[in-house]
Amino acid sequence: MNEPTRFGAYGGQYVPETLICALEELEQAYRTIVPSRAFQTEMEYYLKEYAGRETPLTFCRNMSRDCGCRIYLKREDLLHSGAHKLNNALGQALLTKAMGKKRIIAETGAGQHGVATAIAGAALGLPVEVYMGVEDMGRQSLNVARMEMLGARVIPVRSGSRTLKDAINEALREWVANVGDTHYLIGSVVGPHPFPALVRDFQTVIGRETRDQILEKEERLPDVLVACVGGGSNAIGMFHAFLKDDVALFGAEAGGEGIKGRHGATLCRGRPGVLHGTYTYLIQDAFGQILESHSISAGLDYPGVGPEHSFLKDEGRVTYQPVTDEEALDSFFYLSRTEGILPALESAHAVALARTIADDLDDDGILVINLSGRGDKDVAQVAALMGGCR
Amino acid sequence: MQVNHHDSRIADLFGSRSGTLLVACTMAGDPDFVTSIRIIQEMIDAGGDMIELVMPHSDPVADGPVMQEAVSRALDAGMNTDRFFSLISEIRKGYGTPLVVLTYANIVIQRGIEQFYRDAANAGADGVAVADVPLEESGLFIAAARNAGIEPILFVSRTTSKDRLEKILSAAGGFIYLVAAMGVTGIRGGVPEETLVCLREVKGRTGLPVVPGFGISGPEQIRTYAASGADGVIVGSALVKEIAQQVKLGCDPVLKVGELIRRLKSGCIVDSQC
Repeated sequence: MNEPTRFGAYGGQYVPETLICALEELEQAYRTIVPSRAFQTEMEYYLKEYAGRETPLTFCRNMSRDCGCRIYLKREDLLHSGAHKLNNALGQALLTKAMGKKRIIAETGAGQHGVATAIAGAALGLPVEVYMGVEDMGRQSLNVARMEMLGARVIPVRSGSRTLKDAINEALREWVANVGDTHYLIGSVVGPHPFPALVRDFQTVIGRETRDQILEKEERLPDVLVACVGGGSNAIGMFHAFLKDDVALFGAEAGGEGIKGRHGATLCRGRPGVLHGTYTYLIQDAFGQILESHSISAGLDYPGVGPEHSFLKDEGRVTYQPVTDEEALDSFFYLSRTEGILPALESAHAVALARTIADDLDDDGILVINLSGRGDKDVAQVAALMGGCR
Repeated sequence: MQVNHHDSRIADLFGSRSGTLLVACTMAGDPDFVTSIRIIQEMIDAGGDMIELVMPHSDPVADGPVMQEAVSRALDAGMNTDRFFSLISEIRKGYGTPLVVLTYANIVIQRGIEQFYRDAANAGADGVAVADVPLEESGLFIAAARNAGIEPILFVSRTTSKDRLEKILSAAGGFIYLVAAMGVTGIRGGVPEETLVCLREVKGRTGLPVVPGFGISGPEQIRTYAASGADGVIVGSALVKEIAQQVKLGCDPVLKVGELIRRLKSGCIVDSQC
């Protein structure tokens, strides 16, 4: 299959009839407004002057020495809001205005996308309502407070597993009821077409910058890129500019409790099916009921994954590997103490996978980790897990 | 055995109707397998003209809280796709009433699309509607339905463009499911004027029966739809809510379901159509 709404067999538009008109409208905006010079100029302005792009590509002296290769971090943790999510939130919020819609709804898991959307809404004068599972509200109370301080309304979701999956369900339901004046600002490369392509396009700035920066610093492309994959927006954003190059790409999934336990390793351990409007790998039972995922990091706690990742997995272009909660936690401390950088627990999964891949690289091998977010939001959770500190 | 009778059951019912038909919708296996069968039997005995039986899915994006809770009750009580088809077979032992299946794409895909429709036909279902499969994704589903002798029920709403409407009307079978309210399933008062406009518009463009569903819970609403030419109406959440309340009280829900069906049925008879 090579339909415009799909990546190989994956993707599509599995939505109720009432949503098709909104997806058609969004597709039209994606094809005409986004590529326009006016839109791109405004987008560049906000990314540079407001969000703080470009973000640095930091050479890690200590970690490189320790791991025996040349390791760089793409510092999305230094982007305004503390994570890569703002790239997409600003892009879609600008698009919301351009489409003449009056209101934004969003879902959030870890709270980073909710915060980014609250920021974009405040900056552009659009009211924001964020759907969040009550389970996640407990784990990420700091981000709940941040969203509310930024003027967004946080709507608790009590259905299903009360996490990201259910927050997306509720946001989709709300969108169906108010398609006329509302834009659903989805936070990852998931959902029905054109969302996976639209969100990807707003995140590819990460890889484009990385490419320019590494060529300037090393005068060659890296050997390996590593990013964490929940829905997969930071990973796609990093990988996309390198898909045609001789660069090994690795995605770190949430291995959760390990081989026998609960997990969020959709690509490594799931099977294709339909969730949230798209055909992609899922964690599900034999009859197609979606199972609850688990991860120490709320941002990776999702039983689906972006359809383009499913395609890249089947093509063999990207290698996806699970990283357990324990390994991620270990690398959270490792990066904090080796480099003085507190990574988000999501990004700590990428750090952990990078450390094992580094073993196979020579001294002059170059490895880039996408440090998708900063770990301040996770400090209370990690402290509680460790019984203080260790 | 029943497979041979299929193509005609839905058409026969609408062809011989005197008044607007009541399509009674319930969640398979809610609150449990055996009670669910008794509820469906009572729905038919009390005057339901057609049954819409929902195969529950864990993530029903088109459904409101009442149906979501019913999904949880049914899945917790062990409903799955195998038992779903057994349940239809049980009903078919005593009833020839038309029965359509409502479910979500992943339930069909995980069984194998062709297999799902064959199993539905063998169990005795007459039509299948898939809530999150719009025209754009419907190719394999409609082909499998036609191969199995199952009517592919498609949805239209007032946001459906003229262009798509024509394509949907020519691809659909059985009847047209008119999404009567913007948003999810659930109990609402009143009838949106735009929906009546849409109903008349769709009626004017197809020979298939047109049946509104979503937000229809009382005889007054049914009368309004009937007066605007609806061939039938689908009532789901109101029935499922009644079941939930009785279950919570520890009572057998069957009696109340019958009462509600009779009350709803009183809205289906319109003088001008008798």
